[in-house]
Amino acid sequence: MTDVTMDTVATATPPARRDIGLKRRYAAERRFRLYGVLAILVGLAFLVVMLLSILTKGYTSFWQTTVSLPITFDEKVIDPDNKRATDPNVLITANYPALAQKALAEKLGIDAKNKPMMTRLKGFLSDGSRVQLRDVVVSDPAVIGTTRNVDILVAANLDSAFKGQIDLSVPEDRRKVSDQQVEWMNKLKAEGAMAERFNTGLFTFGASSRPETSGLGVAIIGSFYMMVIVLLLALPIGVAASIYLEEFAKKSRFTDLIEVNINNLAAVPSIVFGLLGLAVFVNFLGMPRSASFVGGLVLTLMTLPTIIIATRAALAAVPPSIRSAALGLGASKMQMVFQHILPLAAPGILTGTIIGLARALGETAPLLLIGMVAFVANYPATPFDPATALPVQIYMWANEAERAFVERMSGAIIILLVFLMAMNITAIVLRRRFERRW
Amino acid sequence: MNIMTEKTLEQAVSSQMSAQTNEVIKMRGDKVTVHYGEKQALFDVNLDIRQNQVTALIGPSGCGKSTFLRCLNRMNDTIDSAKVGGKITLDSEDIYDPKIDVVELRARVGMVFQKPNPFPKSIYENVAYGPRIHGLAKNKAEMDRIVESSLQKAAIWNEVKDRLGEPGTGLSGGQQQRLCIARAIAVSPEVILMDEPCSALDPIATAKVEELIDELRQNYTIVIVTHSMQQAARVSQRTAMFHLGYLVEEGATDKMFTNPDDKRTQDYITGRFG
Repeated sequence: MTDVTMDTVATATPPARRDIGLKRRYAAERRFRLYGVLAILVGLAFLVVMLLSILTKGYTSFWQTTVSLPITFDEKVIDPDNKRATDPNVLITANYPALAQKALAEKLGIDAKNKPMMTRLKGFLSDGSRVQLRDVVVSDPAVIGTTRNVDILVAANLDSAFKGQIDLSVPEDRRKVSDQQVEWMNKLKAEGAMAERFNTGLFTFGASSRPETSGLGVAIIGSFYMMVIVLLLALPIGVAASIYLEEFAKKSRFTDLIEVNINNLAAVPSIVFGLLGLAVFVNFLGMPRSASFVGGLVLTLMTLPTIIIATRAALAAVPPSIRSAALGLGASKMQMVFQHILPLAAPGILTGTIIGLARALGETAPLLLIGMVAFVANYPATPFDPATALPVQIYMWANEAERAFVERMSGAIIILLVFLMAMNITAIVLRRRFERRW
Repeated sequence: MNIMTEKTLEQAVSSQMSAQTNEVIKMRGDKVTVHYGEKQALFDVNLDIRQNQVTALIGPSGCGKSTFLRCLNRMNDTIDSAKVGGKITLDSEDIYDPKIDVVELRARVGMVFQKPNPFPKSIYENVAYGPRIHGLAKNKAEMDRIVESSLQKAAIWNEVKDRLGEPGTGLSGGQQQRLCIARAIAVSPEVILMDEPCSALDPIATAKVEELIDELRQNYTIVIVTHSMQQAARVSQRTAMFHLGYLVEEGATDKMFTNPDDKRTQDYITGRFG
């Protein structure tokens, strides 16, 4: 029986092929892929150009030229009237640059009585030597009367020349360093006294009119204060608002309106937030200008929509089955949210918050308006003291004409980018680590 | 432990006997209507749920059987647009009365969902969560006891007793569903609602859950929504047939499957539509 049926079964012959446009479809797919690759390549190219340009211009700012000089802390210069026991101001106002100058003259074998030579020597060292030496003496007054080696900063132009950034082949009157200075520089270099050292000043100094003594110290502290304020205010407010909107509020026209407005707020240009901060916090509420507290408040306003949107998305992404499970067991809404939904949404909320913070860290415009674009030389002790911020410092240095400031600006950009990258990587790592799958 | 089981056994036997001799109405729906916004999903449903019996709700998709089930522990409250009319009583108390607390109601009327939905926490935590929020255990030892007995009643104890600390989401689908049943049992509800509890399970896991449902009947009143006629026939004592938001027919399962009054029931059961 089976044999018979087997015999009657014929093998199918392939029918004539229909043209279903396969070639065309595959060609379209290949074209689309090509566009994608091209788009990515163009993007990458720009990124590489930008990074390379910043890195090549900025990496030298992490080194600063100094001259190691045996400074004699001469009591006659520092404290000629011997009043330092009663008047501590003496140690602060002493003529320290003279000490450095003297030490340099000795090192170069210049007679101190040779007035014209001594005058030419003046522009060689940075005026920052005043602060450097003062710090040594103030921290240890016993040093007076002894000799100690100190790495004295050189003037910004010589720093540039030492790093080879100044073309020495152009005529002397058209460059900022004289032949005499170059000669001294080469001599000191040959002796090993003049060298590039790691530029800690870039991280610790405040504002200064001299590039070699200006740094990001104040800006880093100001930015840190602001980040803390933004985190402390925007995270709880944003999360609470999102939980209410997403879990508790009944959907109505009013909540729709709020939602639209939050989305709009996220798109409002940051300078508008700056104006708002200026009008409300500074002018109306009389808060201090230039203070990182006000900056933090403005950045909080700016970050809130971002955090709310990210948090709501994270809450909405928790599967409804978890909600049903908790409610079905008799959990109250509050218990459901705080014991089940929020822990599951936490990675998303954290990611959103960190990205919001990173945006706030790089924000400049609103800070300009509330006066954070200021010359602040001293560390702000509290968030209510005048301070600047990292991007604002970059902006200020970008406005300076001197070459050494441009170098510092590039260095500051690198530092800011490193901070931003660190934050974004943290966000990604957190998301990867705590992401749950259902 | 022995005394405990004997006692519960006695209770179970006595309640079963009373169920056989004198059936008790545990829950009653009286002209229940449900609107989702403009759309009416349920029309005047009158249905009694008998104590210590399994009531199966059957009917084609979209017929309102799940909607009715979700009214019984007010899970429809979570949907903003849902409006419930009519009267539903639990032990003669109107559960939609403003005086009734919905949290307490859900502790009395537990629910098992279509898709196993364990919390992404440990197996132990999954079961202990309900008793914890309702304060049912005074100390750790008591909680351990509740967790163990719940898992045992849900016939999953032997499979998980060595890994109570592992996440409940790591179990197989059938195990997850039994874990969810254990979780529902842990708060000692009086009624357990099951919304197509086996639709995401393979036949072997389904068989285990069905067996479990039959055992649970001794201590609990069960309402189960199912798409499987065989399942309804196997596990239930009463069957209610829904169609287009109306209750078509309700009665003893034997009668419903052999000699239904309504032609639509006949057609549905024999697979002519649905």
